[in-house]
Amino acid sequence: MASLDYGLLTPEFLLLGLIFLVLFLDLVFAERGRWLIPWVTIVGLLVVLVVGGWTWGIRATFADLLRVDEYTSFFRVLFAVVALGVVFVSMPYVPRFLPHQGEYYALVLAGTLGMVFMAMADELLTAYISLELLSFSSYILVSYAKRDLKSNEAGIKYLIIGGLSSALLLYGISLLYGATGTTKFPAIAQAIQAPGALDSPGLLVALALITVGLGFKVAAVPFHMWTPDVYEGAPTPIAAYLAVGSKAAGFALVVRFLVGGLLPAVESWLPVFAVLAVLTMTVGNLVAIHQRNLKRLLAYSSISQAGYVLVGIAALQDGDIGAMATRGIVLHLAGYVFTNLAAFGALIVFETRTGRTDIRDMAGVGRQSPFIALTLMVSVFSLAGMPLFAGFVTKFYLFTAAARADLLWLVAIAVINSTISLYYYLIVVKEMYVGEARPGLLSLQRPQGLLTGIALAAGVVTGIVVWVSLGASGWIYDFYGPTLPVTIAVGSGGLVATLVGLAFGVVELPLAAMLAGVFVLGLYPYPVLDLLGDVSNAVFTATAALS
Amino acid sequence: MLVPRRHAWTIRILATLAGLLTLILSVWVFIGFDWGKAGLGTTNGYQFVEWYEWLPELGITIRLGIDGISAPMVLLTGLVIFTGAIVSWNIADRNKEYYALLLVLVSGVYGVFVALDLFFLFFFYEIAVLPMYLLIAVWGSTRKEYAAMKLTIFLVAGSILVWVAMLAVFVESGAQTFDLATLAQHEYPRTFQLVFLPMFFIGFGVLAGMWPFHTWSPDGHVAAPTAVSMLHAGVLMKLGAYGILRVGFGLLPEGTVFWAPFFIVLGTINVVYGALSAMSQRDLKFVIGYSSVSHMGYVVVGLCTLTLIGVNGAVLQMFAHGVMTALFFALVGVVYDQAHTREIGIFGGLVRRMPWFVGFFAVAGLASLGLPGLSGFIAELLVFIGAFQSYPIIGVFCVIGVALTATYILRLMAKAFFGPPNPAWSHLRDMRPSVWVACMLLAATMLFVGLYPAPFLDRSTASVVPLLERIEQFR
Repeated sequence: MASLDYGLLTPEFLLLGLIFLVLFLDLVFAERGRWLIPWVTIVGLLVVLVVGGWTWGIRATFADLLRVDEYTSFFRVLFAVVALGVVFVSMPYVPRFLPHQGEYYALVLAGTLGMVFMAMADELLTAYISLELLSFSSYILVSYAKRDLKSNEAGIKYLIIGGLSSALLLYGISLLYGATGTTKFPAIAQAIQAPGALDSPGLLVALALITVGLGFKVAAVPFHMWTPDVYEGAPTPIAAYLAVGSKAAGFALVVRFLVGGLLPAVESWLPVFAVLAVLTMTVGNLVAIHQRNLKRLLAYSSISQAGYVLVGIAALQDGDIGAMATRGIVLHLAGYVFTNLAAFGALIVFETRTGRTDIRDMAGVGRQSPFIALTLMVSVFSLAGMPLFAGFVTKFYLFTAAARADLLWLVAIAVINSTISLYYYLIVVKEMYVGEARPGLLSLQRPQGLLTGIALAAGVVTGIVVWVSLGASGWIYDFYGPTLPVTIAVGSGGLVATLVGLAFGVVELPLAAMLAGVFVLGLYPYPVLDLLGDVSNAVFTATAALS
Repeated sequence: MLVPRRHAWTIRILATLAGLLTLILSVWVFIGFDWGKAGLGTTNGYQFVEWYEWLPELGITIRLGIDGISAPMVLLTGLVIFTGAIVSWNIADRNKEYYALLLVLVSGVYGVFVALDLFFLFFFYEIAVLPMYLLIAVWGSTRKEYAAMKLTIFLVAGSILVWVAMLAVFVESGAQTFDLATLAQHEYPRTFQLVFLPMFFIGFGVLAGMWPFHTWSPDGHVAAPTAVSMLHAGVLMKLGAYGILRVGFGLLPEGTVFWAPFFIVLGTINVVYGALSAMSQRDLKFVIGYSSVSHMGYVVVGLCTLTLIGVNGAVLQMFAHGVMTALFFALVGVVYDQAHTREIGIFGGLVRRMPWFVGFFAVAGLASLGLPGLSGFIAELLVFIGAFQSYPIIGVFCVIGVALTATYILRLMAKAFFGPPNPAWSHLRDMRPSVWVACMLLAATMLFVGLYPAPFLDRSTASVVPLLERIEQFR
């Protein structure tokens, strides 16, 4: 019954191949040729992204260890986007601040591979190994700036706390195995359905330990203490990588595990997650108010964002409402990915040009570098859940699901927290637009109108060419109607503009691409939610087959 | 937005043309609104309905349309943005961003007035609040950062209540839609209504400047640049009252009947307290800011009378006060731009230097204290009649409020504009022709409404009647 269809894992094999290709190129290229490495990474990731999207609609399992379904495909694409975003924002940063480009990109890719497997895992040990793959890549990346004390400190902290949480998780898994005799999600679900199974203290301890272990990964309060220090010390693109990718992957695993393996025990873990959600949101937001460093502020804000996702997790349950909560969680994660990549991207551009990351140093950016300021403003407003931007829609959807699950009190706390968060986000905005630039900081102004124009023109031409050539063959219209070709044309045009811009050193264009994601989700989320219908359906099918 | 920064005038003219265009469209919608048809079941009394699916799963649709209550509001918004764009011509610093934000703000306001879907009403409501922060913090004066933050936090805190109550209504109705008309047909249990009506009322009431949640309002008005004050006091505060009427009263009639006597007391406190505070202010803008608080009190009182006359009066008062206060703030802007102070005590005899200015100010002031023939009179009269019908004692307090208003307005005019001219201000000049046009437009509107309010009342009556009939069932 255990099928071993390796074809199911094509995107992952591609990713693996890409890792080795990058390492190999790093080996053979002399110093002068190394600039090619990020470009190879980008092209490779695009291939992975397209192939990952192509697997949409397949539902199968690989040796009962990995599950390939729409949920997997969605996260394959999302994590490819994360990696692309991180590579984009790393390109101006790495040559300036970090050694050894080749290994850097290879490690980013290795971590991404771990993330994808976390979203696929249908068995606890597989999940654990994927998580470790991600963690080990992250440990190295966090301490990558090896001459920088802070980076080293962050690396050690992350290693120790991460090791501790892994140990707890592993201990929990072993206890769970003892209680149920299996580590496969569907079998766990079956085992705990037996009468009296939930009264076993061993099982409850196991669940508690697993919750703690995963809680560290997604930085839920009270397991969050490492986050701000690690984000502050890590190279900024890696902070973005952890905030966006690591967290989304953690939640991808949590949702898969809770729905796939623990749904029959829903009554026993719901209150726990509700309490975690309250703590995470409130502590994250209240502490964020006092931060003076933008990296730390974003760290705490990412903690509070995890709290909002936990609101959705507390709403998970069997049936319609649970499916809606799943969609809400995944949608919120997707919006969060684009938003936070944009925020970190703006910060990185600022940092590479000035070497600073304090909020006070942002004074006057609104005047000197309007686009950077705009990007940061849009993304913090999106994080605060303001309309026009992704954050509003995703939060609204998530909270509606929670309200339908009779968690109105939790929603009220979440909404109050959004308001608190608006306060510290506004401080950043105020600094950028109202504050006077202090003398002594490097000027941000770099007139690049011509290069931007060329890049945009290239994008428009590509878009038109793609659109026309898709239209010429005609079949795609017969199958999918006009929406898909237009989307592809616009997407490829945007991509080309971004890449050409990047090649010229116009960092604004990748940021604009992220912002486009924030706006699309904020203004017209329907197509994405339509896809998510299949995603939540896929997650719940595995369970439905049981009962 | 593609206009280069250095072409400041191009931007100004473009923005003003955009304002003019919206004004013309608003007038067209207002006139075109056929009150004979309203309430007779043509798409639930809404006209000009636009309809798009947006998120079918939650039953969220972009449904836009107007009824007799929103028609005057749409007209008001058009008036204020056009005049606001004109008086902002003197903004030199980053005026492209300024106008962009101003227009975003106005889009939000329009959205709220025409949304027939609860989700989008809320969506636009938040859009209208957001640009205020930057507009005040960047282009404002007098403790601008403090005021901007206070205003934003207050308003967003208010929207917390709205958001929670809105989700509660959605879940309780089980209707799988955010369409207002559908939600309104559901009968909610009594306890549910009693719990959630105050949440809507206070949530929107914060924006309407309801006591004791009004403190952001004078600070915000004082700190904001002229056009933003105009929009804010003129239109944005109306969003709050409109939300109370449309969402609170429309969805939860039983709760409305229960809570109205309580909120009418708050409204009365608004009237009297706002007027008393205005009396003791020395800054021109603070006087007008508190007078806004006071006048919005009449709106709340009118709404809570739950009588046809009272609610009609409230709707008309929303319009009248919007125009009047826009004129006030435009005028204060004129004098502040030249004198760079707004202390009432140090002016004197301005009437010799600036006859038009004082003339317009007198029109606005007299409308404010309810002189017959101007817009304020008819609106407030209706509110008083409504109040006396249902709660005579409240009516008495409201009339006292008018007396207080007369006191502070006349005192202000006497001190600042008449009397011996102060030679220090001999360099002040009367307003620019463009501003003159804007003020004339506002003043003429006030006169028109004062003399011939029928077009407004016909429209609002058509929509208020069905609303009250529904509320009447729960008395």
